Amino acid sequence: MTDFVTPQEMAEMIPSGCKLGLAPDDYAAAPGLVRMLIDRGIRDLHVVCAPIGGMQVDMLIGAGAVATLETSAVSLGEAGGAPCFSRAVRDGSIRLRDATCPAVFAGLTAAEKGVPFMPIRGIIGSDVLKKRDDWKVTSNPFDDSEQIVVVSAIQPDIALFHAPEADRFGNVRLGRRRETMLLAHASKRAFVTVERISEVSLLEDEKTAAGVLPAIYVSAVAQLKNGGWPTGLYAEYPRDGQEVEKYARAARSPEGFQAYIRGSRSAA
Amino acid sequence: MSEACTSRELMIYTISRLLKGVRHVAVGQSSPMPAAGAMLLRALNERDGVERVQVSILGSVKHNSFTGGAEELFDCAAQGRLDAFFLGGGQIDGRGNVNLVGTGDYPNNPVRWPGSFGSAYLYFLVPRVILFREEHSLRSLVERVDFVSAPGVSDETVYRRGGPHALLTNAALFSFDREAGRFRLESTHPGYSWRDIRGTTGFAYDNEQCEVVTPAPDEATLALIRGRIREELRECYPQFAGNMPGPG
Repeated sequence: MTDFVTPQEMAEMIPSGCKLGLAPDDYAAAPGLVRMLIDRGIRDLHVVCAPIGGMQVDMLIGAGAVATLETSAVSLGEAGGAPCFSRAVRDGSIRLRDATCPAVFAGLTAAEKGVPFMPIRGIIGSDVLKKRDDWKVTSNPFDDSEQIVVVSAIQPDIALFHAPEADRFGNVRLGRRRETMLLAHASKRAFVTVERISEVSLLEDEKTAAGVLPAIYVSAVAQLKNGGWPTGLYAEYPRDGQEVEKYARAARSPEGFQAYIRGSRSAA
Repeated sequence: MSEACTSRELMIYTISRLLKGVRHVAVGQSSPMPAAGAMLLRALNERDGVERVQVSILGSVKHNSFTGGAEELFDCAAQGRLDAFFLGGGQIDGRGNVNLVGTGDYPNNPVRWPGSFGSAYLYFLVPRVILFREEHSLRSLVERVDFVSAPGVSDETVYRRGGPHALLTNAALFSFDREAGRFRLESTHPGYSWRDIRGTTGFAYDNEQCEVVTPAPDEATLALIRGRIREELRECYPQFAGNMPGPG
């Protein structure tokens, strides 16, 4: 059963210390809800970026909410580097697990299928591999002459993302953003903020049903208009480039970051 | 006469030349010039009635036909359905290694860049990887990278059918010899001599005394860049497109 809750209630349902899977900016990121997590003082998160992070991840780091960060990159796109992330790397305040995008997808796919690992091409000879004790090089069991990387399954406790629409049965329309579908499948629970809630089942129309995440995976839905602001929601609204720029400038110093958080409200 | 070709327009045109003959080219996040070069090839092929090129711009709604999510690009690459891709790199070395992570020692790098993205995978699988780095300097083109996000060459025990094809900067164009694991200077951009390139490149390469000048686009191609390509770029790169020369 999917619970329908307020955004504030959803923020309370995400505990400190959990392994939290997040979608990329501009696709299905949930910066609106993330701001509420920061406001309530969440701590010690193991953040899994599926597969990269942006402004919402940088804000979580700046707020001191992240203990471990598993990601293929953190960037603010056209607004440049992620300032809180860079600072945290320099002063060693987060534990880093650098990845490469398809290895994150492979780890999530393993969790989705309930198997312990997944093989993946490439990566051999990269320092990314050397720094990961949960990735290994093995020989192909069907051809001993070939070396191949295997990555262990990634199963977040909670996937948190923003989507255009849910129905009142808990089904969520993701459309083409199937990496978000994978994140939800791989995670123990999915919490979703949405722009709209439909009275009609999203599974009713065969033309769009394949782009719908069934309620089986969805633990909670909260309506949060503009919940993707300021980084945008795929095919719904673009990022607010000026706001992200404003953040990028402010967050260059810890004091500027704190002032930004105090002075700007979340979209709710 | 229109305004002279800018350095960025020369690079966009050069990218389109490097992509000649590909059927499917993909462009990653935060890569406005590679996106422009791929869009230019598509527009030129349409104009000249030659083979249609599939352009997949990550982050775009209009210029991306994947329906399987972000994983589909990587699956396409592994199956050989992707002919060309671009990698940047805070540092690139003479063996074709790229570093997208940072300078100094990992994990507490004094200068940290975003991260490796898909490089550690795509570099092995995409036949024509074009290394693109606008800054041509001793700090970006180094003898040895501080961190290998993706290695330029591999031994025969590793499955590999992709790798570096060329290195393009704001000053020069190099090709890469995969057998030798070395770059070769192919041309210098207008305003740069081979001596300038030698003085600002931190690694050894072949054909040092190259006198070839990188060709500039003709008027019609320049008009395409300033018209159609600039408009197509606006969706994903509004700031970049806004700074390009063009009408209005």
